[in-house]
Amino acid sequence: MSGNFEPTGAELLRFLPEIVLTLAATFLMVLEPLTDRGAKRALPAIALLGLVVALFSAIMAQAQPGLAFSGMIVVDGFTTFFRVLVIAIGILTILISTNYLRQEGSEGGEYYALLLFSIAGQCIMIAANELIILFIGLEASSIATYIMAGYLRDDKRNNEAALKYFLLGSFATAFLLYGIAWTYGLTGTTNLSRVREVLLSPASPDTFLISIAAGLMFVGFAFKVSAAPFQMWAPDVYQGAPAPVSGFMSAGPKAAAFAVLLRVFLTAFEPVKERWEPLLWWSALATMIIGNFAALRQGNIKRLLAYSSIAHAGYVMVAVTAHSEIGTTAAMFYLAAYALTNLGAFALVTHVARHNERYVEVNDFAGLGQRQPVTAALLTVFLLSLIGVPLTAGFFGKFYIFRAALDSNLVWLTILGLLNSALAAYYYLRIIVVMYMQPPSETEEDDLLPMSAGIQFTAWFTAAAVIVLGVYPSLVLDFAGRSAALLR
Amino acid sequence: MPSIPLDAILFLVLAAIAVGSAINLVVQTHPINSALSLVGVMISLAVLYLLLGGEFIAAVQVIVYAGAIMVLFVFVIMLLNAGAERPRTRLSFSVAAGVPVLLAFLSAAAYFILKKVPPAEGVTFGGFTGGSPRAVGEALFTRYLLPFEVTSILILIAIIGAIVLAMKEID
Repeated sequence: MSGNFEPTGAELLRFLPEIVLTLAATFLMVLEPLTDRGAKRALPAIALLGLVVALFSAIMAQAQPGLAFSGMIVVDGFTTFFRVLVIAIGILTILISTNYLRQEGSEGGEYYALLLFSIAGQCIMIAANELIILFIGLEASSIATYIMAGYLRDDKRNNEAALKYFLLGSFATAFLLYGIAWTYGLTGTTNLSRVREVLLSPASPDTFLISIAAGLMFVGFAFKVSAAPFQMWAPDVYQGAPAPVSGFMSAGPKAAAFAVLLRVFLTAFEPVKERWEPLLWWSALATMIIGNFAALRQGNIKRLLAYSSIAHAGYVMVAVTAHSEIGTTAAMFYLAAYALTNLGAFALVTHVARHNERYVEVNDFAGLGQRQPVTAALLTVFLLSLIGVPLTAGFFGKFYIFRAALDSNLVWLTILGLLNSALAAYYYLRIIVVMYMQPPSETEEDDLLPMSAGIQFTAWFTAAAVIVLGVYPSLVLDFAGRSAALLR
Repeated sequence: MPSIPLDAILFLVLAAIAVGSAINLVVQTHPINSALSLVGVMISLAVLYLLLGGEFIAAVQVIVYAGAIMVLFVFVIMLLNAGAERPRTRLSFSVAAGVPVLLAFLSAAAYFILKKVPPAEGVTFGGFTGGSPRAVGEALFTRYLLPFEVTSILILIAIIGAIVLAMKEID
């Protein structure tokens, strides 16, 4: 075998965020046994520092777009957009988690190391241009997330969440792997660009067989983004996992999984789009309907937000079904807006839940408007953004998605999607009504403490971002639009 | 008689064994029986890899999966005390008849194969290449270097996870 496989400086730069994240995570693991209890406070700071450096290296890598490591990874605007997004999600997750972990008496470097590893895995997935490295990145991200879901291992709810997530997740990953094997068997390559070339060439294999391969891979991705009919795990896992981890799961792994779904289906399998378009159409519709109707009847706020997260995955699936550049732009914008909104909401849910997560029912939010008007006001902003009210990021997110769908002649999907988002307003508004219209219940004995600094920062930052993006969506949209064009 | 290539026959037989063992793995109630069925799956897969020319992968499959990992599986099942075996009356019959029937079947199969198929039509391992340890090593450390390295991170995550979930509180 000939050729030089020594990585060049530019190649290393393109892989720098992952290197930084892995080094920071390993450093945390080494530091963990060396620090005593008092010094453990420094660990999240180190994790934050690692994430900030990774954020800058992701932006720096954009200066040298291109392939790296024999075409294994690709750095383009799309990669940079999602890398910056998941790293920012990581920063906010740490800010939400520190106080929570202290409260539960489980401070430890492992949590932050696993979070960094999970984000490194997501960055690898996002940048992957090869099915093999994509799979390894996905597994790295998933395994780290499974463990985070069960991090408080003396808590039965955590154990249940982790076990369900792990068993169902492994099952779904097997489908993805089987789909990769089919793709390799049919095209003789696992490189996304090469798969596309083979499918476009006259020697293209039977489209029926290729659509089986695409379908199997779709099962794997649909599980990760919690799209119907593979959404069953989400409510149980979000409900059982620690609240900050639920927030992270609904933002980071989901955004990364959508990034690979977009990349694989819009590059490698784009030549057979007639085959997978109906599949995505039905999946998008079913995801929206299941998510929204099930959310109507939920009493537990984490479970409600889980179903809401399924419904929002359905809206993004509409954008993927549109398979156009504006569809991709809309999906990118929506995922960023949704991640910010949901992290803010979960930060406040973490705050209200208090020690041992005793207050996670919707009714526990009764009277929040009087007890802590600021908390209630911030949560209202997030809920309005989840509904998609104008002047919030959620509005423009939905607007661009349904415009992209109309441009691609998905008229029925647009109509049904709009009906769904009208329905969704009911269960979000119900929380606002409970917060402002109902008196606080008398059974609560301990008083709600003021927000911790990390949660306060996260909530204010995300609320500001949600409103700024609701007024000037072009701040993110322009970059997303330029990046979506580079996708192929 | 139209000659079916022998490797196709071998493939079909082994694939049937692999699928059969996999089904048996799921339907068995006793964990040890399931573990032994899994060995059957692993070994028939190893021979299938060999048919594809993947000598290295076949050897690794036997050594790592059928050997090391299965031993660990069986150990864990034994340690967790998965319930006593329930001997059935039918079992004595299968012990008595099983070995002679198997030997008879194997010798009959060997006889027919040697009689009917000239050596030239036997299994040829030349159809596929690239499975030698050298070729695998070259691919792994050049083109696929990055996945190889990232796999080590993946394993590190799994180790950390196992420790996080399993360790006892020390303090």
